[in-house]
Amino acid sequence: MTDQAYNFAYLDEQTKRMIRRAILKGIAVPGYQVPFASREMPMPYGWGTGGVQVTAACLVPEDLLKVIDQGADDTTNAVSIRKFFQRTAGVATTEATAEATVIQTRHRIPEVPLTEGQILVYQVPIPEPLRFLEPRETETRKMHELEEYGLMHVKLYEDIARHGEIATSYAYPVKVEGRYVMDPSPIPKFDNPKLGQSPAIQLFGAGREQRIYALPPYSDVVSLDFDDHPFQASKAPHDCDLCGAKDSYLDEVITDDAGGRMFVCSDTDFCAGRRAEGHVGRLGEPV
Amino acid sequence: MYVAVKGGERAIDNAHAWLAEERRGDPAVPELTIAQIRGQMTLAVNRVMAEGSLYDPDLAALAIKQARGDLIEAIFLIRAYRTTLPRLAGSNPVDTGAMTVDRRISATFKDLPGGQVLGSTFDYTHRLLDFALMAEGSEVPSGASAPATPGPMPHVTSFLNRDGLIETAPPSDTTPPDLTREPLELPADRSLRLQAITRGDEGFILSMAYSTQRGYGRTHAFVGELRIGTVAVEVDIPELGFAVEIGEVELTECETVNQFKGSRTEPPQFTRGYGLVFGQSERKSIAMSLVDRSLRWKELGEDFTGAPAQDEEFVLYHCDNIQATGFLEHIKLPHYVDFQAELELVRRLRAEAQAMQEAAE
Repeated sequence: MTDQAYNFAYLDEQTKRMIRRAILKGIAVPGYQVPFASREMPMPYGWGTGGVQVTAACLVPEDLLKVIDQGADDTTNAVSIRKFFQRTAGVATTEATAEATVIQTRHRIPEVPLTEGQILVYQVPIPEPLRFLEPRETETRKMHELEEYGLMHVKLYEDIARHGEIATSYAYPVKVEGRYVMDPSPIPKFDNPKLGQSPAIQLFGAGREQRIYALPPYSDVVSLDFDDHPFQASKAPHDCDLCGAKDSYLDEVITDDAGGRMFVCSDTDFCAGRRAEGHVGRLGEPV
Repeated sequence: MYVAVKGGERAIDNAHAWLAEERRGDPAVPELTIAQIRGQMTLAVNRVMAEGSLYDPDLAALAIKQARGDLIEAIFLIRAYRTTLPRLAGSNPVDTGAMTVDRRISATFKDLPGGQVLGSTFDYTHRLLDFALMAEGSEVPSGASAPATPGPMPHVTSFLNRDGLIETAPPSDTTPPDLTREPLELPADRSLRLQAITRGDEGFILSMAYSTQRGYGRTHAFVGELRIGTVAVEVDIPELGFAVEIGEVELTECETVNQFKGSRTEPPQFTRGYGLVFGQSERKSIAMSLVDRSLRWKELGEDFTGAPAQDEEFVLYHCDNIQATGFLEHIKLPHYVDFQAELELVRRLRAEAQAMQEAAE
């Protein structure tokens, strides 16, 4: 049921046009953070207001929408955002990654490779990759303008000196098209390799920080590293206990108070699909 | 056997139903009405209107009821509603000099044209719990009253201005930027800063102002004038060719007079801080004018001492309680994925450290 009291996808057309302009600019300058006049949304900042505004600006009535949080379709916030668009836009929804035309995500990139024509919308808390090195926005914008990324390399180097490796496990910074250093949102660095050369459009919305940025299809995206300490995607050294997948990102679930653990795919659609195909993990049961 | 946690949807629906029940409270007790909240929780209503940036006492009262008295939640409801409203017109600047005042005091002059008007204030009450209020139904004797003096009521700062003792504030007809329609970009001009502060969190602005009084960027403020009352809101109607009054709003305006010994660029004279807030919001408007003055260090050629209240980026980026509470509370949302990545990292680093230690032994 569409809520008639609100415009299609909640935002008024003027606002959507303003957001679309920011998105287009973001696509034209990959990795550059475009300021936009973020609106108050009926969910709190931090719940994905940036992603919701970008999704609202992209949606057309024919779209098939998928919403995930932590890779899962049934986490409470994913349910809440999906319901929001069902109510305000009346669009059809799906859990199948391959079917969806627009996917809004928090903290994950789906395991199933995306295809041309799909849009992946990320919810972004802190869009500025340099923020924790330099708290001032006026300074970090200047650093991007001047392509002054030395501070970031010093930080990565210090990590190696101290820990023997780069001690960043999620929201791992990348360089886009050889120009802008970009925060890929808090996805685990396991997902970083999926950012580059993706056939899908990737849009990033940060509502509270009023920024939108984008990766057009087939962009060059390089995770920052050093020649002698190359970037490594990492995950728990286990297979999924439900579907047996060896190459998917896993959530750790505590099963008892005696140190019992199980590992399951964080991407619920991927895991369910594999089980339907007959794959069975260590603790799984045939479907 | 572990079963993947399903049923987020049902949990949400049930949680909402329980919330509605909790909001209502004991059904044996009569339900609060919007008129009661509007009429008897006026200062809460004022705060919700000021920080929600929407002048509508009925909606503010509704928001307070719906939010179970959580004012930040109520402000959030108002903001989220406000953002859906079409912008039909912009009003002319309100003329606070023509305000019909309920209260008007000056801390700098014992008497002055227009007089000191004390109005309804907590200032000289003794903060003793009035147990008589626990018994309902007691009639309140009506206070003595005189008809409000309709404006104009001259501003105190204009008296000082005549002698050149206070900086002039030249009037300007430029359209101010709109914080709710343009992304905040720095440096911000004064009107943009004032917009941000007037809708900023009262507690945050209060603490910032207080810090300047305690020496973190000194403001040396006197309350030149504090006035509360109603002003007319006028809108130009193009078809008519003149402005029409469409209603009135209650405002609190504070002008501080600040000591200033002169700087490299400015002669010694008093300087100004300004606060303007919806409704009767004295604490907020005084705090606002101190923070305003503190943020003007650059324009007056003062030194930046590193005080938080002098730091435009610090103040403007952190004063909005809806942004702040959203980001703060979002950390209770699931972070399994990131935490898992951190677990892997810490386990690996620990294993390496242990191996090195064992090798050393």
